[in-house]
Amino acid sequence: MRGDQINLQNIVARSASNAPSPQIRDGGVEEVTKLIDVSRCIGCKACQVACSEWNDLRDEVGECVGVYDNPLDLTPNTWEVMRFNEYEDEQGNLEWLIRKDNCMHCEEPGCLEACPAPGAIVKYANGIVDFNSEHCIGCGYCVAGCPFDIPRISEKDEKAYKCTLCSDRVFHGLEPACVKSCPTGSIMFGTREDMHELAAARTDFLKGRGYEKAGIYDPAGVGGTHVIYVLQHADKPEIYGNLPEDPRISPMVDAWKGVTKPLMSAAVGLAALTGFFHYAIKGPKEEPEDDPDERTATAAVRTDEESASPDSQEGDRP
Amino acid sequence: MSHSNTKKGILRYTWWARTNHWVVAISFVLLVLSGLALFHPFFWSFTGLFGGPIPTRFIHPWIGVVMSLFFLLLAVQFFKESFIKRHDIQWLKQIRDVLSNRDEKLPPVGKNNAGQKLVYWIMVACVPVLLVTGIIIWRPYFADAMPLWLLRFAVMVHAYTAFLAIITLIIHIYSGIWVKGSIRAMVQGRVSKAWAKHHHNLWYEEVMKERNPPSADKDDDSSRQQQSP
Repeated sequence: MRGDQINLQNIVARSASNAPSPQIRDGGVEEVTKLIDVSRCIGCKACQVACSEWNDLRDEVGECVGVYDNPLDLTPNTWEVMRFNEYEDEQGNLEWLIRKDNCMHCEEPGCLEACPAPGAIVKYANGIVDFNSEHCIGCGYCVAGCPFDIPRISEKDEKAYKCTLCSDRVFHGLEPACVKSCPTGSIMFGTREDMHELAAARTDFLKGRGYEKAGIYDPAGVGGTHVIYVLQHADKPEIYGNLPEDPRISPMVDAWKGVTKPLMSAAVGLAALTGFFHYAIKGPKEEPEDDPDERTATAAVRTDEESASPDSQEGDRP
Repeated sequence: MSHSNTKKGILRYTWWARTNHWVVAISFVLLVLSGLALFHPFFWSFTGLFGGPIPTRFIHPWIGVVMSLFFLLLAVQFFKESFIKRHDIQWLKQIRDVLSNRDEKLPPVGKNNAGQKLVYWIMVACVPVLLVTGIIIWRPYFADAMPLWLLRFAVMVHAYTAFLAIITLIIHIYSGIWVKGSIRAMVQGRVSKAWAKHHHNLWYEEVMKERNPPSADKDDDSSRQQQSP
């Protein structure tokens, strides 16, 4: 892996931007992927701690509600959580399925599509989707855009936060903090190709151990993700803390941010232009100059003058 | 030519109707500018009008609340005069004559023509939708409490409704520029009698009737028959 993978000249997608990003660098940057092998996770949460430590995040101390999940959900200060699931298989055997939940770094990121602030969300050539919080305006559109319910808006500074895949570490040729801290090798990091090879090997191993439905979670609906899972029961992703079976950017987000967005914008401009040209071609409806009816008008004027009512009585002024 | 801002003209909009209209109008334009800025990057530079992107995001919903309140008052004021009548349908059927300035062919209409009434009813439909969907996606106050599907639905409906309202607004503003005398009516309150008779004959006759009861002026009836064949 090369250190220059994350670079201002290696941005391949940028939120709310019409002009393309720098293009001169061509190839050379391999896509990275984080592989989370759920079958090897022991739920120690070392990754959660490492994440807080590296990213300098300190969430509030929560309360125990009787489950291991802590905190219960992602927060602006907790960019990954372990989701603990007790699953009973067909034979009645209990399985403890623990999934590390964090940003999936989609190939086609819904957050980036929804974001209205130019450059607040970027995707690097290596596949990492990053929030440039300097440009974030705190509108929360990314929350609506994300198919995985990942971004959280901080109450402290009203900006959106999520896992960066330790883009700062990757920049320096290091693996993400969670990968570094994992004691069982459940979290691996490398090129997309290598991780898929490794995931395939793990899947085969699990199949040999009786997990016939073991497989790789790399959902095609979002163009694949740069965080992939090895699941023992790949046919039932929902048992892993509601991992969506076929995630895709919501049709409602597409209807809002898809082709209709430029079309509606153009229609607004066209409407104004139509008005101008209608005026130029047909002309205005000029003030009629003639008095409608001499008798009535004179009578009315007389009435007005006779009544001599102050403006306030008719309602001209308060 | 009789000018509208004189005692000789007819009072079309009271001081309160005018004030109310312009509070709504100004806040609506500010909402359009700040909303478009957050809708398409082409309009992003409009954020500069509001002191930057974050102030734009912050101020937009507050302006929306102000506008909604004043719009409610305006909608109540204009409610009765906005019912669509039979002659309004005829007027709409002759929209080509309207657009081509063939005013002499048009049926006489009341205080508001069908176009103005449509603007009223479209806005009456749009503003509550914009208010409710806007509150749902309002950060940091409400959005966090909403389920994701509702956020997505609200943000989509907000955009489409705003589009309809903006197109209606553009038509409304253009009509004001196109029909000379109407902007002055909304700014200063009065229109000339000729203007009233030309554009809103039924309303003109109503006003004249109040000023000169028919019993006092025999010719009034015959003249009305001529005006509205």
